Amino acid sequence: LPQGTDVYVGKHRSALLRAGRGLAALRARLQQLTQVIALPATSIAAALADRVPDGQLGPDARRHLKSSLGYEITFSLLNPDPKSHDVDWDIEGAVGRYVQPVLDKLSVVANFSVDSQILYYAVLGVTPRFDKESSSFLLSAHSLPHVINPVEARLGSSAASLYPVLNFLLYVPERSHSPLYIQDKDGAPVPTNAFHSPRWGGIMIYNVEAPASPQASLPLHVDVDMVRVMEVFLAQLRLLFGISREELPPEFQVESPGNEGLADWELDRLLWAHTVENIATVATTLTSLAQLLDQISNIVIKDDVASEVYHAVASVQDAMAELAEGRLRSAFQASKEAVTSSERAFFDPSLLHLLYFPDDQKFAIYIPLFLPMAVPILLSLAKILREARQRKKEPSKID
Amino acid sequence: AAMMAAGPLLLLLLLLGAAGPGLGAAGPGSGSGSGSGAALREELLLRPLPAGDVAAAFQFRTRWDADLRRGAVSHYRLFPKALGQLVAAQGVRELHLALTQGFWRTQSWGQPPLGAPAGAELWVWFQDSVPDVDKAWKELSNVLSGIFCASLNFIDSTNTVTPTASFKPLGLANGTDHRLLRYAVLPREVVCTENLTPWKKLLPCGSKAGLAVLLKAERLFHSSYHSQAVHIRPICRDASCLAVSWELRQTLTVVFDSFTSGQGKKDWSLFKMFSRTLTDACPLASESKVYVDISPKNKEKELLEVTPTPTSVHEAVVQGDKRTYAVYDLLSPSLFNSSRSLNVQLKWKRPQDSQELSTPVLHAQRYVSGYGLQTGEISTLIHNTHPYRAFPVILLETVPWYLRLYVHTLTIITKGKENKPSYIHYQPAQDRKRPHLLEMLIQLPANSVTKVTIQFERALLKWTEYTPDPNHGFYVSPSVLSALVPSVIAMKDVDVEESPLFASLFPSSDGSSYFVRLYTEPLLVNLPTPDFSMPYNVICLTCTVVAVCYGSFYNLLTRTFHVEEPSRGGLAKRLANVIRKFRGVPPL
Repeated sequence: LPQGTDVYVGKHRSALLRAGRGLAALRARLQQLTQVIALPATSIAAALADRVPDGQLGPDARRHLKSSLGYEITFSLLNPDPKSHDVDWDIEGAVGRYVQPVLDKLSVVANFSVDSQILYYAVLGVTPRFDKESSSFLLSAHSLPHVINPVEARLGSSAASLYPVLNFLLYVPERSHSPLYIQDKDGAPVPTNAFHSPRWGGIMIYNVEAPASPQASLPLHVDVDMVRVMEVFLAQLRLLFGISREELPPEFQVESPGNEGLADWELDRLLWAHTVENIATVATTLTSLAQLLDQISNIVIKDDVASEVYHAVASVQDAMAELAEGRLRSAFQASKEAVTSSERAFFDPSLLHLLYFPDDQKFAIYIPLFLPMAVPILLSLAKILREARQRKKEPSKID
Repeated sequence: AAMMAAGPLLLLLLLLGAAGPGLGAAGPGSGSGSGSGAALREELLLRPLPAGDVAAAFQFRTRWDADLRRGAVSHYRLFPKALGQLVAAQGVRELHLALTQGFWRTQSWGQPPLGAPAGAELWVWFQDSVPDVDKAWKELSNVLSGIFCASLNFIDSTNTVTPTASFKPLGLANGTDHRLLRYAVLPREVVCTENLTPWKKLLPCGSKAGLAVLLKAERLFHSSYHSQAVHIRPICRDASCLAVSWELRQTLTVVFDSFTSGQGKKDWSLFKMFSRTLTDACPLASESKVYVDISPKNKEKELLEVTPTPTSVHEAVVQGDKRTYAVYDLLSPSLFNSSRSLNVQLKWKRPQDSQELSTPVLHAQRYVSGYGLQTGEISTLIHNTHPYRAFPVILLETVPWYLRLYVHTLTIITKGKENKPSYIHYQPAQDRKRPHLLEMLIQLPANSVTKVTIQFERALLKWTEYTPDPNHGFYVSPSVLSALVPSVIAMKDVDVEESPLFASLFPSSDGSSYFVRLYTEPLLVNLPTPDFSMPYNVICLTCTVVAVCYGSFYNLLTRTFHVEEPSRGGLAKRLANVIRKFRGVPPL
């Protein structure tokens, strides 16, 4: 181990510890190690964040993508000024070289599909302001939430599948707004010139140098440096999934995962969090279904809906048992099956509660018929009761 | 029952079918693509019509050198991702969608550049690798309904048909199995700004540059006819036809009416029509041109003057007529030298009092006749105004199931004599499942009027099947006439990539005839409508009768009588007694 490092965490679930300062120090180091590698309680709370009422969790709780059976990743190149810049990117090669290995590693978690597009005349929602000192345009941190809105209308969603979409945008600013930098809260320009929005995607601004001679013919041909761009996008992908590393204690060193993008133990943490989230989703769905049945007493449950519900419950119990034993992959598979079954049962078209007459509607139909008939009956019943009471009070009047 | 005969049928079908691959063997690709083999061409054709109206037709052609088979491509540049993914996912070979508002008056305006029926029309050829064509058709219509904000999700089996002869693939095709074709028309569909906006979003330059800046909704819908269409088809990549490219054509045709938009003068300009002028070409386009039809009528001198001076003049034979076009090339640097914007102005040199309307060779009308709400008759009149040539025409009629056609009353009469069609394909309707489909190949003699009549009976629908406005009537989709019309002037075998616009969408096998597809009017038919307030009336009446009858009987049966002492009387009695005392009458 190099000097100054006490713990070296490998990428395949192993770590090297420097011993020699006594058992107590060793125990402390081991505790720190488990904090780094294993799933802490905060992660579990974050996984269950959607089910906990507001206010109990911090603002960082709802940052990670919800667990889903598949994700669609869309890379979009935004060129608002095609007259000045003729931008070309080798996205097919970049996806094959950089993105596909990461997605292959993540294929245990979900199905991924990647596509890309180029959008012209797509302008950001915010006009950047010119900064004289650095002679560049700046986007301040508080205007960032408004940047994405007008662009999102043009990004489109997939016509072929229903999976959530992760959008990664690469924006080449107009000639009149070059160069453009993003400012963080302290006013310093962000080194990667990119930011991401949780559960949505990320955007990176790619500045093109002004041409050497002012008489250069427009449009300028630009070949995008895909290495720089993919570095940022892959980092944002890790942030979106929640695989990022929190602050490491001093003297810790983590081996870089190389081309695959994430270490085995990071993948385990992700699987674990997703399994917990899936189990919670199934519990909520089945509880809602039970509440629906309570509300409408004469709903008809078809046989296949019933079998899906049984299957979901059995799978959830399987998943919890496997989790308790520590078999992560099979627990995850079981939880995925449970989610699929419970969704199929819950969204079955025959369970629509408007199909069944609620009780108050039945009253509304029969009242105009029975109320006029009931009024004389009730009146005469009241008269009978009154007479009976009178008779009881004066028994001596009976002849 | 299909009665096939050799001769005209085979010739016509062969021409319509085999001309498909022949179409693609065009000249080399037009212009340079913007890298990775994609090219965009945009064209605008301005054609003045008789009576002072002007027709403007836009065409945006995106050609993409890629193969959109299932899941093969996922990286898009000029081609819109939404349509590309849809074509790949559903296994579509050809897609044609048209949304039209208004009716093209063929008799007074001539043949349309690209005809379309009123409402929404969708016809699709699927690949033969698609396992379930009906399921793919349903998903396709639902996704398109979302992309174009149109109610195409109302397309279901009650308005979908599978024509056998009228619609042949317009792109590359090997083998035409009719089970892969689906055709549906929604005549009730209204086109508005909501449909124009997603259509414009599919263009690479959007509506920010090039010819698309003229497409502003408030002027485009203030017109007599508005039709926007999307056509996707595979074409040959080059002359040797070894590889396949995909072509997306977006066309928009609009007719501006001189009465509603002019001040009485018949002069037109781009600013007057669109309230915009052109400032530049789309930077992504390899070709961007404006064509103005300045053909002289009756071989006289030109009556139309265009300013500013065009960059070139182009002559072509389009739809059987020799036409002269003034061409403005937006990519040539000399065009914007004098002024920064291009406002093409059309001025008439002489007043147009002696306007000889050249009637088109083929035109048709359709109407419903009869009286009462039980029976009726649909009549179609087809006119062939060619002086000496006869030609066959395929008539396709789709009638909804609630008008029960009597096929034994089908009569075709030309010049007083009966005309027997050489090919009839009739598919009867099934209640609530399938509409009637009638396809006929009719030979039209020269200079004649053919009348096709068929009688029908109106059905009574179930009370939940009526629309919220049943007294408006029910629409019958327009019928389709497809024909190879002999042209009066011989046409050269023109390089289809070079000629302007619409001559290259349809096949043209030789120079002596051109393909025409005409649509008739949609019909509005009243069905016997029940009185929808009856359930409410029944409930009210029943409840009232029961309440009154039952209440009275019950009271009569159970009322008990007992003696009541006369009281002093209330206020009214005392007042009455006072008045009686004044009158001298004994008190109550």
